[in-house]
Amino acid sequence: MLGVSLLFSVFVDVCLRKGIADPAGSTIERSLPTLGFSNVRDVSVGKTIRFVIDAENEKEAHEKVETICSTFLTNPVIEEAEITIENLEQAERN
Amino acid sequence: MDDSLHRALGLTDEEAKKIGDILGRKPNPLELAMYSVMWSEHCSYKSSRLHLSRLPTSAPWVLVGPGENAGVIDVGDGIAVAIRIESHNHPSAIEPYQGAATGVGGILRDIFTMGARPIALMDSLRFGPLTDARSCWVAEGVVSGISGYGNAVGVPTVGGEIDFDPTFQGNPLVNVLCLGTLPRDRLVLGQASGIGNLAVLLGAATGRDGIGGVSVLASAGFSDQGDIEKRPSVQVGDPFEEKRLIEACLEIFDSNLVVGIQDLGGAGLTCATSETASRGGVGMDVDLSAVPQRELGMEAHEIMISESQERMLAIIEPSNLDRLFEICNKWEVNANVIGRVTKGNKLRILDHFEGNVLAEIPASSLHDDAPIYDRPKKKPESKKSALYENVKVSDDLTSDLLSLLSDPSWVYNQYDHQLFLNTVVGPGYEASVLKLRDPVNGFETNNGLAISTDGNHRWCAVNPRVGTKLVVAEGLMNLACVGAYPLALVNCLNFGNPENPEVMWQLSESIDGMAEACEAFGIPVVGGNVSLYNESSGVNISPTPVIGMVGKIDGLYRRPPGFELSEGNRLVLLGPNDVGLGGSLLGALHGFETEELIDVNFQTHQVLADLVRSLVSDGTIDGIHDLSAGGLGVALAEMVAKSKCGVSVARIPDALAFFGEGPSRVLVSVHPESVNDLLSRAEGANIPTTRLGLVGGDRFTVKGLIDVPKETVDSAFVTHIPNALGAGTVSS
Amino acid sequence: MSATVGVAVFPGTNCELDSIHAVESLGGNGKILWHSSKNLAEVDAVIIPGGFAHGDYLRPGAIARFSPLMSAISDFANNGGPVLGICNGFQVLTESGLLPGALQKNKGLKFLCKTVEVCVVTENSTLTRNAVKGAKLSLPINHFEGNFTCSNETLDTLLEQDRVVLRYCDNPNGSMNDIAGICNEARNVVGIMPHPERACDSLLGSEDGKILFDSLLGSN
Repeated sequence: MLGVSLLFSVFVDVCLRKGIADPAGSTIERSLPTLGFSNVRDVSVGKTIRFVIDAENEKEAHEKVETICSTFLTNPVIEEAEITIENLEQAERN
Repeated sequence: MDDSLHRALGLTDEEAKKIGDILGRKPNPLELAMYSVMWSEHCSYKSSRLHLSRLPTSAPWVLVGPGENAGVIDVGDGIAVAIRIESHNHPSAIEPYQGAATGVGGILRDIFTMGARPIALMDSLRFGPLTDARSCWVAEGVVSGISGYGNAVGVPTVGGEIDFDPTFQGNPLVNVLCLGTLPRDRLVLGQASGIGNLAVLLGAATGRDGIGGVSVLASAGFSDQGDIEKRPSVQVGDPFEEKRLIEACLEIFDSNLVVGIQDLGGAGLTCATSETASRGGVGMDVDLSAVPQRELGMEAHEIMISESQERMLAIIEPSNLDRLFEICNKWEVNANVIGRVTKGNKLRILDHFEGNVLAEIPASSLHDDAPIYDRPKKKPESKKSALYENVKVSDDLTSDLLSLLSDPSWVYNQYDHQLFLNTVVGPGYEASVLKLRDPVNGFETNNGLAISTDGNHRWCAVNPRVGTKLVVAEGLMNLACVGAYPLALVNCLNFGNPENPEVMWQLSESIDGMAEACEAFGIPVVGGNVSLYNESSGVNISPTPVIGMVGKIDGLYRRPPGFELSEGNRLVLLGPNDVGLGGSLLGALHGFETEELIDVNFQTHQVLADLVRSLVSDGTIDGIHDLSAGGLGVALAEMVAKSKCGVSVARIPDALAFFGEGPSRVLVSVHPESVNDLLSRAEGANIPTTRLGLVGGDRFTVKGLIDVPKETVDSAFVTHIPNALGAGTVSS
Repeated sequence: MSATVGVAVFPGTNCELDSIHAVESLGGNGKILWHSSKNLAEVDAVIIPGGFAHGDYLRPGAIARFSPLMSAISDFANNGGPVLGICNGFQVLTESGLLPGALQKNKGLKFLCKTVEVCVVTENSTLTRNAVKGAKLSLPINHFEGNFTCSNETLDTLLEQDRVVLRYCDNPNGSMNDIAGICNEARNVVGIMPHPERACDSLLGSEDGKILFDSLLGSN
């Protein structure tokens, strides 16, 4: 059906690119043993951004979200994003 | 109606009955909720109002005294200064970052609601010991919060103080002072007037922040059960919203658009609407549906008592509404008409302007009819002191000195203290000094303002009256050390549970001491804040009255001397050698029992302050340090650490002379050629002097007592706080 | 004829008056440029000052770079106009691609406000043409996110092209290569983390910022 718009729930996980210094992650990793957790490594700290977006279909939703991420939500010099998109009805069912 | 509702809201049976008498009927739940927040300790000062009336509040230069949002004084050249200090103790204990951040937000609003642009903040902080992990966590969070909010909102934090002591464990004290400048004719008061005028709510949407905050948090002590249940009450601040609100409001004031304005703080809309109406002698109708809400399904009482941050209530004539909306749009600040000024004296809460009346209360009763308690007072049993003649005061003087040194730069390096290009003397010294510039065009007046925050719970625990006198005296001397004379004082009285007669005695005594000192020195009290119920697990904090003092420097052309020491200079102590160990830092270190304090002689102190001020103003002095906690030893060591110069000093016979504390004593460093001038002027003023020694070399030497490399002193000074507090927390 | 310097203001910017004050104390004219306007008429140079544009939400400068004013400033810069980004301004310039690299959180994870020594690395920029290479300047820093980073390739390019403008003598925040400021290839766009406008008055502690403003004002 043309012109029908679906709602998608988007979860963007923004993290630092490999090789970029992560002092927040390092600090947490260093503190864990003092709290009794000695078997934790590779701690990294990022941020998540969630929103709902209209699109005709999942492919279009992906394209829109990729654009939003690369031009705005992330700074490609130091960050990258992992995107999870779910049809909103489906998301609500889950 | 459920009889226990009023008790759940924190009202006593007597208070509930009084409300019924005022209304002439039983109050409904919304009305009860409004009275409960307005009559809470934090909002109504019911336990302290009786005593506060004994403070001197007037002087020819006072434009606005206590009772408004901030005190305002005339500083000449058509400029007025607004000043206030407030506490945010209980929220900071639960959520340190946001508790401190919203404390900053609140005090800023108290200042710009008067028509002043906030230009400086100061923070006076007290935490449990650095050996206690939770106290460290609280300290880090609080400093982060003040930094995060203050820096982002764009107001420099130019000074303050920090102290760590077991008495504050579980009950930190976070007192924040704000100062702003305004052209005299832009003074705006928080009152509504003019029937038919509109009340416009500016700023953030209203959510459930701080529901019951004022009554739940500020007026209750903490129990052992953990404070998880109290967590949702803490408000979250948005400094960006506040910045836009400041700019919008100042532009609105410059355009002469408001009749009155009030900030929303404790008790939110209930307080703002009732106070503006009451002060103006008018009534007000409030339309709840017009209040922009952040959450769905908010109930009437939630909207009326919410403490969502960053909101102001402006009273304007309808003809100015469009222009106000224009300014708000420019600054992306929400504005909604939520009220109308009416004839009579009733505050009516409606679901729509022409809809149902949900509450109807005489506006002034919320404030004026709040109970005034004369709670019983009882002087505590005096503890027998362990006289220090019978006790070895110090086993290891060097080690004692090194453990008493503490550099607060870990704290203030997190604060922007330079914004606005006014800061001549920033944090870390006796008093902060700002250029006084015209608030409208920025032109230099070539005069300066000096601000100091001071408190000493150790002195006040020994004797609250004398201790408070000493604190006021110290403030005066701090200002003199930067060449300033005092103009006004604001106070933040942090005490324990007022239902405890000993605490009431402490409060009353402290107020008397403050009144005595302020009368003697001619300093009006232009505002104050009382924080009671500072107790944890049933143990009250030591009485901690904190003062903020503002003064003026006529002709600020050179940087005032700081803790500077220069090679070859002479060190001279001005003032008597009456010292004791009662309430001293050394006493606290070694757990001495309480003892007498050395009382201040107002005349001697005034004369010394005048002498110091003139010596500073004419450049006779190169370095200066007022002696207070830690006595001569700590002051001398701090000068050595900050200036990186060694000293060689004598005529200090013992630990008592080295660490003993007493008022009216100032250590100065002068060029050898200025010594005779200094001594003769002191003699002319009948101020005793002691020539202590010389600046120079690599060591910190006190003949017969201490001899260490100056680096040892410096290292102890700079590592004390960073050793305990980590990299600092990132904002939550 | 004295130079007119436009000073950008975004919601949340707070150093604009200080920047104008510094400019005017050295004989220039300062003018506020509102973020929603594209009008750079009569402006000889642009300063993007310090502060917290848009609350620094998302990332410092991330939202400001999309403003109409920034597109006008981009055009101005691409036509050779002198542009100085101070602190938050430097962040805006990197977000908008007018300068390479990015500014991350300080290594110590704390906000840092103190005076530091920086070294003038090149005289070949709109900000340092009146300064002396190797000169040490005492300038205040005031930031939480001043840690400069970029790819190794970018760093090589910056070094090869002599585009590091200021370096910290004692790195306070972990910046790559101790970088405190850089310029673009055409050398008319400069971004620095320290605040030179706070160092133009001996009563406030330092006058070392004056030489930088002199350079900027003489740049047209």
